[in-house]
Amino acid sequence: MLALTIARLTVLELLRRRLFLVLIGLTLVVIGLTSWGIAQVTTVGGRPMTRVEQITVVSQLLILVGFMFSFTLSFSAVFAGAPSLSGDVESGTALSILARPISRAEFVVGKWLGVIFTIVVYALPATALQLFVVDRIVQYVPPHPVEFVGFVVIEGIVVLTLALLLSTRLAGMVGGVVALILWGVAWIGGIVGGVGLVLSNATATHIGTATRLILPTDGMWRGAIWAFEPASVVAALRASGAVAAGNPFFSADPPDALYVAWTAGWIVLFLGAAIWSFQHREI
Amino acid sequence: MTIPRGAIFGFLGPNGAGKTTSVKLLLGLAKPTSGSAEILGQPIGERSSRRRVGYLPELFRYQPWLTAREVLLLHCELAGIDRAAWSREIENALAVVGLSDRGSSRVATFSKGMQQRLGLGVALLGDPELVLLDEPTSALDPVGRHDVREIIRALRDRGVTVFLNSHLLSEVEQVCDRVAVVDRGKVIAEGTLDELLHTDTVRIRATDLPRDARTQLAGFGAIDMDGEWLVARGLNGDRVPDLVASIVRLGGRVHAVEPRHETLEDRFLQLLAGD
Repeated sequence: MLALTIARLTVLELLRRRLFLVLIGLTLVVIGLTSWGIAQVTTVGGRPMTRVEQITVVSQLLILVGFMFSFTLSFSAVFAGAPSLSGDVESGTALSILARPISRAEFVVGKWLGVIFTIVVYALPATALQLFVVDRIVQYVPPHPVEFVGFVVIEGIVVLTLALLLSTRLAGMVGGVVALILWGVAWIGGIVGGVGLVLSNATATHIGTATRLILPTDGMWRGAIWAFEPASVVAALRASGAVAAGNPFFSADPPDALYVAWTAGWIVLFLGAAIWSFQHREI
Repeated sequence: MTIPRGAIFGFLGPNGAGKTTSVKLLLGLAKPTSGSAEILGQPIGERSSRRRVGYLPELFRYQPWLTAREVLLLHCELAGIDRAAWSREIENALAVVGLSDRGSSRVATFSKGMQQRLGLGVALLGDPELVLLDEPTSALDPVGRHDVREIIRALRDRGVTVFLNSHLLSEVEQVCDRVAVVDRGKVIAEGTLDELLHTDTVRIRATDLPRDARTQLAGFGAIDMDGEWLVARGLNGDRVPDLVASIVRLGGRVHAVEPRHETLEDRFLQLLAGD
């Protein structure tokens, strides 16, 4: 299976180009700083926090850190994915590889698998370490940590697949910029949809729904938020009615199974489009 | 156009003639808009057609973060070479292209010429039956060019077919059995070097010739004067002594006689000019 050969080569490239090193180094700094910050939040109005207050504050801080993880993963996926095919074609590296008995589909899938491996290898230990340190400090673990990693990884895979598709035709820099803009538009679209719910504005709600279907990154991010929301916060915000829907860092429910299936189908469709596009271009 | 197995085939043409595109078509790197071709008996574009082919691209670039040995190992895997033979193949390729002492160095530290040598090593992996070399000496010094010619000759001795794209006509002339000249996507001449090049030209440096010497010597074929040099084209080699004798009979003094072989460059330029 030559796709695995290309995947291994992609991982080796990311390793040798020190992407892993940079990610690990900066993530350790972030985990250190956020853990220190969480350890300092022990009082409110000059009195010690109650347990409920502490969990509320820590859970929301963790969601912000989780947003940073999701942001880092998505950007890393774009930076690794957008130049992966176009860069090899422009430099001529692809010429010698694709002259071998390897199909272009194997080449594209290999690149895709290599970056996914990197995403998973980053997301799992980084999340585990962050949660372990927070648990040691305040004895709190979010309700669904495994699901959090799952949703963040899927978000990374979605944006990677988009970047890879763009990479079949656009230069790395252009594809990367386009992918990031679309990622941002999807995030804003999700917020617009939430605001639409608050204001009972059908148009804004439909915009949110449409962006979540066209690029399911924000939908997966909402799942990641849900995974970190403690039951006490969910109950309090649910009690506040539709207003909570406008908060881009709150989600009371996970994405339903149909939406997750849609996201899986989206990934397959866009990966298929990337393979088709790459098969129909001159190297 | 057919390239016989075991031949060293030179593919010539001006910039933009379609040489590199032809190689890409053969390897499935570009898709033909019409027509068909076979490579080692397999239709082009088929994965199986690339199994026994080595290729050095004109735009050669190898992963700068890998060592030379790792690049070769990658291509052993991609080429489907038996794993047990990888080590031998890699060391042999490094030795042939003169990089044995740099096998553990990162490609990023290589000069352009060394990268081209590595590319040649990649093309030679796995005993290919056909080797496509696109401008294989463009980055090499004279020693490197000599080495490449020796490698090509060694491939011929092993019965490997070599398809050589090159702008360096003297190089093609030295190693190729057959050549084709392509211009604007069409083959305008093809054959062995003997078939393509005129070898029946003689240059004679003669003084004191009468004004009507050209007319009196017309029986020897097309005669041109170039200063003191008389150039006779289309003359059988056996008749050169007769021509010299006739010049002397006309009162001319002969200082030099040079049988002149047309160079590939001469012929190439004539062909492109529409001859």
